[in-house]
Amino acid sequence: MSHDTATIEDLHGHDSHGHGEHGHMPFLAHHFDDPEQQFDSGKLGMWLFLVTEVLFFSGMFCAYSIYRSLHPEVWTFASQFLNETLGAFNTGVLLFSSLSMAWGVRCAQLRQRTGLVVCLAITLGCAAMFLGIKAIEYTHKWDMGLLPAGSYESQFLPGAHHEGLSPWLYVLSFVPAACVVGFGGWYLWTLAKGQKRLSEVAGPLLVTALCYFVGVFIGIAFQNAEASAHAKHGADTHAADKPADGHSTADHSAIESHSSALASDESHEAPHGDTSKETSSEKSHASQTSLVGPAHRAPGDPTEAQVDQAGGAGLFFSIYYCMTGVHAVHILGGMLVLAWLLVRATKDHFNEQYFGPVDYVGLYWHLVDLIWIYLFPLLYLIK
Amino acid sequence: MLLADKNATFWFPPAASTFAEEIDWFFLMILYISIFFFVLVVGAMVWFAIKFRRRPGYEGDSTALHNNALEITWTVIPTLIVCWIFAQGVYGYVDMMRVPPDTLDINVTARKWDWSFQYPNGAISDKLHLPNNQAIRLRMRSEDVLHAFYVPAFRAKSDVVPGRVTVMWFKPILEGEYDLFCAEYCGDQHSEMIKRHGVVVHDTAGYEQWLVEAAKPPLNPIAHGFWLYERQGCKSCHSTVEGKTVVGPSFARSFGQTFKNSKGEDVKFDEQYVRQSVLEPQAQFREGFQKVSQMPSFQGKLKEDEITAITAFLQSMKDDAFLQAVADGELSEADKQGLGIADDAKAETPAAVTN
Amino acid sequence: MSAHGSNHSQTDSDNFLINSKGFLSWALTLDHKRIGLMYLVGVMSAFCLAGVLALILRTELLTPDKLFLTNQQYNQVFTLHGAIMVFLFIIPSVPAALGNFLVPVMLGAKDVAFPRLNLSSFYLWVVGAIFFLSAMLYTGLDTGWTFYTPYSTTTQGPVVAATMGVFVLGFSSIFTGLNFIVTINTMRPPGMAWFKMPLFLWATYATSIIQVLATPVLGITVLLLAAERMLHIGIFDPAYNGDPVTYQHFFWFYSHPAVYIMILPGMGIISELMSVHSHKSIFGYRFIAYSSIAIALFGFLVWGHHMFTSGMAEVTTIIFSALTFSVSIPSAIKVFNWLATMYKGTVQLNTPMCYSLSFIFLFTIGGLTGLWLGALSTDRPLHDTYFVVAHFHYVMVGGTLVGFLGGVFHWWPKMTGKMFSELWGKISCLLIFLGFNITFLPQFVLGSRGMPRRYARYVEEFQELHQWSTYGSYLLGIGLFVALGVVIHSLMRGKKAPPNPWGGATLEWQCSSPPPFYNFMSPPTVNDPYDYTPLEYHGPEQGWEYVHPAQQPVPQTHPVPAKS
Repeated sequence: MSHDTATIEDLHGHDSHGHGEHGHMPFLAHHFDDPEQQFDSGKLGMWLFLVTEVLFFSGMFCAYSIYRSLHPEVWTFASQFLNETLGAFNTGVLLFSSLSMAWGVRCAQLRQRTGLVVCLAITLGCAAMFLGIKAIEYTHKWDMGLLPAGSYESQFLPGAHHEGLSPWLYVLSFVPAACVVGFGGWYLWTLAKGQKRLSEVAGPLLVTALCYFVGVFIGIAFQNAEASAHAKHGADTHAADKPADGHSTADHSAIESHSSALASDESHEAPHGDTSKETSSEKSHASQTSLVGPAHRAPGDPTEAQVDQAGGAGLFFSIYYCMTGVHAVHILGGMLVLAWLLVRATKDHFNEQYFGPVDYVGLYWHLVDLIWIYLFPLLYLIK
Repeated sequence: MLLADKNATFWFPPAASTFAEEIDWFFLMILYISIFFFVLVVGAMVWFAIKFRRRPGYEGDSTALHNNALEITWTVIPTLIVCWIFAQGVYGYVDMMRVPPDTLDINVTARKWDWSFQYPNGAISDKLHLPNNQAIRLRMRSEDVLHAFYVPAFRAKSDVVPGRVTVMWFKPILEGEYDLFCAEYCGDQHSEMIKRHGVVVHDTAGYEQWLVEAAKPPLNPIAHGFWLYERQGCKSCHSTVEGKTVVGPSFARSFGQTFKNSKGEDVKFDEQYVRQSVLEPQAQFREGFQKVSQMPSFQGKLKEDEITAITAFLQSMKDDAFLQAVADGELSEADKQGLGIADDAKAETPAAVTN
Repeated sequence: MSAHGSNHSQTDSDNFLINSKGFLSWALTLDHKRIGLMYLVGVMSAFCLAGVLALILRTELLTPDKLFLTNQQYNQVFTLHGAIMVFLFIIPSVPAALGNFLVPVMLGAKDVAFPRLNLSSFYLWVVGAIFFLSAMLYTGLDTGWTFYTPYSTTTQGPVVAATMGVFVLGFSSIFTGLNFIVTINTMRPPGMAWFKMPLFLWATYATSIIQVLATPVLGITVLLLAAERMLHIGIFDPAYNGDPVTYQHFFWFYSHPAVYIMILPGMGIISELMSVHSHKSIFGYRFIAYSSIAIALFGFLVWGHHMFTSGMAEVTTIIFSALTFSVSIPSAIKVFNWLATMYKGTVQLNTPMCYSLSFIFLFTIGGLTGLWLGALSTDRPLHDTYFVVAHFHYVMVGGTLVGFLGGVFHWWPKMTGKMFSELWGKISCLLIFLGFNITFLPQFVLGSRGMPRRYARYVEEFQELHQWSTYGSYLLGIGLFVALGVVIHSLMRGKKAPPNPWGGATLEWQCSSPPPFYNFMSPPTVNDPYDYTPLEYHGPEQGWEYVHPAQQPVPQTHPVPAKS
């Protein structure tokens, strides 16, 4: 075994065939002639990879446009369930992370080691914050039954808000929490041992894990603010009757304010989600008023009759989860690569001649950001 | 059928619709063009391989040759030819897509793994009966997966896509019986969707006569039950031969038996069970059949008296003579007479069956 | 693998096959040549498996009724045959196996641009293959290789595992393509201008473009399909307002260009073989090179011709038909140029040349029968019948497989340093040629008489033609078996190969057989790849050698402008 490994080392490191000129550039791979060729190859490879990424997403963008053109009313209706404020905030977070990433590339080119570490840490933190906010958005929708078409069972309560935290949020937060504990412990250990370089890795990673929770709290704060705004609005327009269980006042007033308008749609079957939580009086409410826009519904918005509850809106959420889910996976993948860069940055691997990896990851990160720039208006904003 | 075979040629099945003439002619034109080019290419290849082969005393030239005129020639000529083929293909295609006025409309339902046809007077059949020299428009639906309606003799084919209504038309011009195939892969029994002589082209009078007959169900409940069995698609999954499993369990000698359902409970095959299985097929699975393709519900498709008729038919499936008669999947008039379930002899129905 | 002794230019320590030993030296190698050979073994094993399945299918079809397979078993076997052939054999055959070996050597580079990525793409292939095979052998996949919805979302088979296998294989394919594009763009040595590249590299470049641009769409398609099965996202399911035809569009957007992933490298091989074995500079170099790129680009615009009967809008259908015909022209140009290359040359009818002449014969039939299927009115009755089956087998087997075998025989001496038996090589070619035609010519008639594909049972009228086809397939199987025997015999007993046994002028023939670890001891002299004038035959021991260098060696540090 050890013999074989040695042989392989020999294979790759072996410079006996007129490649001795690489000796003073440890970063230059044996099959390249000079750093420039290596950098160009890497850069072209990265651009091609980004092309495949764009095409990968293009499949979903096509699905989006096909079904949007087939069922525009469903799209108009369903997109109002998305929280624009959180979406906009997340857009800002990602844009800022792109800035820090670009700055990091510059630091690598100028061989500013500390600057690079700080920039990478900020980028990682923003990514984690993005995911934290996304976790709030997701769990909120899962609670409301806004699921992909096959399991879609919404109460049709845009702006509805459940009291307390979703149990799903605890599930999603398990790994970040474990990261906080793990990186925290590691960080303290490196401080105790006085291992400066390792603490420069552990510190940013700890901050990253904490940033997830910052994102979660920001998300909760925004949602609570919105819920109270709705509640105020509902109280102004209607004498709210007390909800019997976990539904907030806001939900109920929304139901009430539209029950008269849609009382004729009784033929519609009541949705079955969350029935265990509901009292019988609420069920009868739901069966009469299962689909209405939010309290501030515009006159042109669709009504229940226009939207096929069985699958119409579910299809929107299928596409929403596919697109944002795959995007989130790309963020996660980006975070792993950023962490790898962080380790290499603390080892001072990058310099004026060799900054390729930082540059390539930067390109990738901007693409992930760019895709979000498209997702945000397409899913959240366009009515 | 004999007539149909006589009309077949080396390349084609009988030319039984107006499309056939145009398509067959075009097919042969492309064939001649292709043979010309094929002989040209392979001939040149063989000739060069012999004439310029390495041999003593022969010295070939190895320098580069270029001839732009030649390149342009062999680019332009094939281009012109494929342009013609394209245009001719579009011409025939547009003809196939433009449904003429005054068609006879027939609704087609495809399901795993059977076809059923519904005629303007409400008659339903499992073979497609058509009048000769009359443009036919099919409105096709699928109940489950993709299928494709394909009658080679008509040169007509169209996919049947679930969630869509597909329209196709053709005009038969030759009386006879033709095979109907499913041409889009649809699962286990895809090749059992062959309907041998599944398309019957009558003369106009014959068609009218058939149509009147087809719309009339038998009065005898047992015969009526079998009539429904043949037409409603039961046949494609449940056999009438004891122990023969097509997809679901066989109907032979089932009635009155007790069996285990998928939960291990005992269930009796009785009137109530038949009714439940027809309306809510997923309520009780027979043990061992949980994994097969699921039966569709007939809620809203069968009326109560029809369910009663099916029950009567299933009940008589324990009668040896009856089993014998339906073993081949058909129930002829002679069989009905013999069993005493023909409409004019329903008073003589055996007591064992009516119980 | 033991190459005893050495020729004048090489010692054992340089020979890439034996310069390091042990399992790990192969399993962890970053050498493109070893990765290429590992791919070669992998794809050939996949081919043998799928070939045996094909013989099982043909045997079942001897009779119209059941012979020994149930309907369901038949469906599983044809799914397995198609899926293995497409995903595990044809797509990686030429680009990954021969391409990996040849691209850097032909280019004059030391390795591909990303050797680690290259190795990982091989292991992704292995993982994909294991995933895929275990999924299919476990309970049996019965969807057909196309995974059409809604059947694939409702059947009991292990569709999710199989689609994940396809997903992983897709990454393997993307990484290979990406690697070749970058290699060809950035790793060309001084003097290797674009239009001095061998045509095999042009074909590989065009193939790589398709791999990089089309495969991601397959990735997202199978991902959505898996999500459809597990979460019922409804995009392809009419029960939730989705549409199965959308799936077909997504699927064929990849899978039609994939057809060109399969055939373009085969065409590249034939361009090399026709020129070398006719000892004649290639006729119309630029036309062949541009036609490869044209095929790659047009190939993206014609996917709709798989769906002429699925109910697309009329105008869309007509446009797809027009585009389909446009892609036939570049292929025709290639065939005419290959023929013109033979004209006035010195044709040596050895094994690789026999394969490449069979390629032209079979591919011409495959291409011409595409005319019926591209024309809208004749496609109606022929769609989804045996006519289509025969057509694409003529292209995929008669084209790609025969081209691949020709390429394997042509570069076998280079890869292994061993010659093979010419006589048995030619016999294998003849058997394959005859067996193939007897198998698939009757299927054109079956199709035009109306025999639909994917049928385990059929009506009696078709039996005679089916039997011809089955007997032909046995002959084809024997031919392939003989071909395998030839290469195995060559490994055991083959005579030592000279560096240039055929008289090729491309760079791989300048290095020893097999090449040294770094491919070239010193930067190679970049000549016109099809200039045979300075080569002279010195008997079977020495092969062909340069009598007077066409050009001075290029100094490494001063790139000179490309000019011959």
